Amino acid sequence: MSPLSPAPANATRVAPPLEAARRYPPKPADVYLFGTCVIDVFFPGAGMDAIHLLEREGIRVHFPQAQSCCGQPAYTSGYTDEAREVARAQLALFAGDWPVVIPSGSCAGMFRHHYFELFKDEPQTLKQVESLSARTFELAEFLLEVCKVRFEHTGAPVKLALHTSCSARREMNTHLHGRALLAQLAGVERVEHDHESECCGFGGSFSVRMPDISGAMVQDKTAALKGSGAAEVVSADCGCLLNINGCFEKQGDALRGEHLASFLLRRTASAGTGGAR
Amino acid sequence: MSTLADTPAQPIAFTRNAREALADAQLRRNFRGAMDSLMDKRRNQFPDGDELERLRAFGNRVRARALSKLPDLLERLEANLARNGVQVHWAETVEEANAIVHGIAERHAAKKVIKGKSMVSEEMEMNHYLGARGVDCLESDMGEFIVQLREEKPSHIIMPAIHLNAGQVARLFHDKLDVDYTEDVDRLIQIGRETLRRNFFEADIGVSGVNFAIAETGTLLLVENEGNGRMSTTVPPVHIAVTGIEKVVENLRDVIPLLSLLTRSATGQPITTYVNMISGPRKADELDGPQEVHLVLLDNGRSQAFADGELRQTLNCIRCGACMNHCPVYTRIGGHAYGTVYPGPIGKIVTPHMLGLETTRDLPTASSMCGACGEVCPVKIPIPSLLRRLREEAVRAPAAEPQHMRGQGAKHSKKETLVWKAWRTLNTSPGLYRVAMYAGTRLRGLMPADIGPWTRYRSAPKPAARSLHELAREHLGAQ
Repeated sequence: MSPLSPAPANATRVAPPLEAARRYPPKPADVYLFGTCVIDVFFPGAGMDAIHLLEREGIRVHFPQAQSCCGQPAYTSGYTDEAREVARAQLALFAGDWPVVIPSGSCAGMFRHHYFELFKDEPQTLKQVESLSARTFELAEFLLEVCKVRFEHTGAPVKLALHTSCSARREMNTHLHGRALLAQLAGVERVEHDHESECCGFGGSFSVRMPDISGAMVQDKTAALKGSGAAEVVSADCGCLLNINGCFEKQGDALRGEHLASFLLRRTASAGTGGAR
Repeated sequence: MSTLADTPAQPIAFTRNAREALADAQLRRNFRGAMDSLMDKRRNQFPDGDELERLRAFGNRVRARALSKLPDLLERLEANLARNGVQVHWAETVEEANAIVHGIAERHAAKKVIKGKSMVSEEMEMNHYLGARGVDCLESDMGEFIVQLREEKPSHIIMPAIHLNAGQVARLFHDKLDVDYTEDVDRLIQIGRETLRRNFFEADIGVSGVNFAIAETGTLLLVENEGNGRMSTTVPPVHIAVTGIEKVVENLRDVIPLLSLLTRSATGQPITTYVNMISGPRKADELDGPQEVHLVLLDNGRSQAFADGELRQTLNCIRCGACMNHCPVYTRIGGHAYGTVYPGPIGKIVTPHMLGLETTRDLPTASSMCGACGEVCPVKIPIPSLLRRLREEAVRAPAAEPQHMRGQGAKHSKKETLVWKAWRTLNTSPGLYRVAMYAGTRLRGLMPADIGPWTRYRSAPKPAARSLHELAREHLGAQ
């Protein structure tokens, strides 16, 4: 709230709230991992790499087997009731005190910000939502801010481009966390690509409901990534990667994006942590 | 270009329009270049991110407060304008608004109207309405003048001719105004000004829009850069201002942050060249100004948005156009593809209230929900959230209570509803989910190479050999 004047009672509700300066807890011994449905089906390796990265930091990872989807596909398509029931099923699975780490900024944004809207008429459930929201971290954020990792680059130097999903950027500040992690690596030269903050055109169902507009967007994105001179592309969101990699493949290009977790596990060693337990 | 009046019930052919626009390389170059430049200009105006956030929050609260008192403020505005000698008219529909304007024109036997820029007059299709009744309207804003010559509609709410480059304007002027071909922009503007100049003196009526209607003082505030707004509102003997009911603010103090946000967000200017404050017709001892001033307050669906606490936020809009300048969809297809007066993100959330969801059913869907619009909106309209809400209204059962919107359920499909119900069952039944994942990963070889719209631009995604659930169970044990 601005100090300029008090807000009237019915001041515009601004949803979702942007990530301002967030306070981080000390590094825990245990975390939940919410794997996300896209990773489950198309990028399970990225999910496992996230688990290994967390374990490398000495954290026990818990993966409730009954988890499925955060509800976002139905939510953004306007099927709110269906989204709510799927969200409710997840809420029950992550009810303990451990942090919930999610290797996807957009799913993390769903847990952290949008469940409030879904359960706005259920005061009892809202208490659970508040707890879940406060404990939800995107993977890069968790590694950087909670684990306070110090990574060292291994292997040959690499020129790399980072693409950040729009909801991860705007709801979770994932672009800043990703950049900070990569900046720790002496062998990584991160190059900017043209219109870096612009959407890749995925947008879930948007990519099939508005295929031509989405196609134009992803073609511009792949051209920008190729034009950046990067030898590797990383992103912390597999929805974008599904879109971007599919377009690279269709164009006969050898370039593929990989999840930031996979890159970090493959190309870094942990030099311990700076944070106290 | 079809007019809105031609297609009241048919859905706008948005996807077809978009496909045509995407295939127009010149159009895409024009928009990308122009939007890049506008984004840079705005960024340069807000070097301090914290200051911008404070100002946006302030702007949001000023608008929210004005809307929270809207009926009261409108009555005060009417009373104070009347005290200043301005005649106030209320119009629920564009037909009523046009009839009011035409009635004034008839009383003055007016044959010629000169117009400053007004999006509400576009909403009314005033030029068409008056033209059909023997009253000629001439646009005096340079961009509007250009699109009028081309018999087009504006492609942007602030820069109506932004879809054209100098060469296209040069050819237009050469063809229509009988002047030598020149691509010199200064010369082109000079040609336009010379053409318009005499029309200000010949016009019987001047029409303008309003940026802020100030209730406390009964003042109409109008910003512009070309001086045509001042000419249109002061030279002809009659001035008619048209505006939406949401443009009212409480007092002059409230205008200060909004004005600063408006010009900096819109064109990257700290202030416009002209800020006109109109507080009534010429007084007995004055030599200049119109003898009559009218204000037409138009509803046209705004009350529907006003009635719902969430949708009301749509009316915060101060029409800066920053949302379209930053929109990756608008940047690629331009304004005309939307088939509506207001294009881009703001068009997608405001037009459903004006035309109903039947006509506009595809507009809320035409967003990747990237959030760029909401991020730059100077009055913090949560545009992505409102798009989501409109999607919800569009897919609801048409008869479901409560009825929030005209055209509710226009996109409702039993088949799609069933698909989402099945999706819900799958994602709330762990056993079923496990079986589906097992089948999906084991049968991944059967994934077709062509899956319709997705594979037009991408190869088909292939499920992994084993799901994360399986790999995690193996690594961590069943939990």
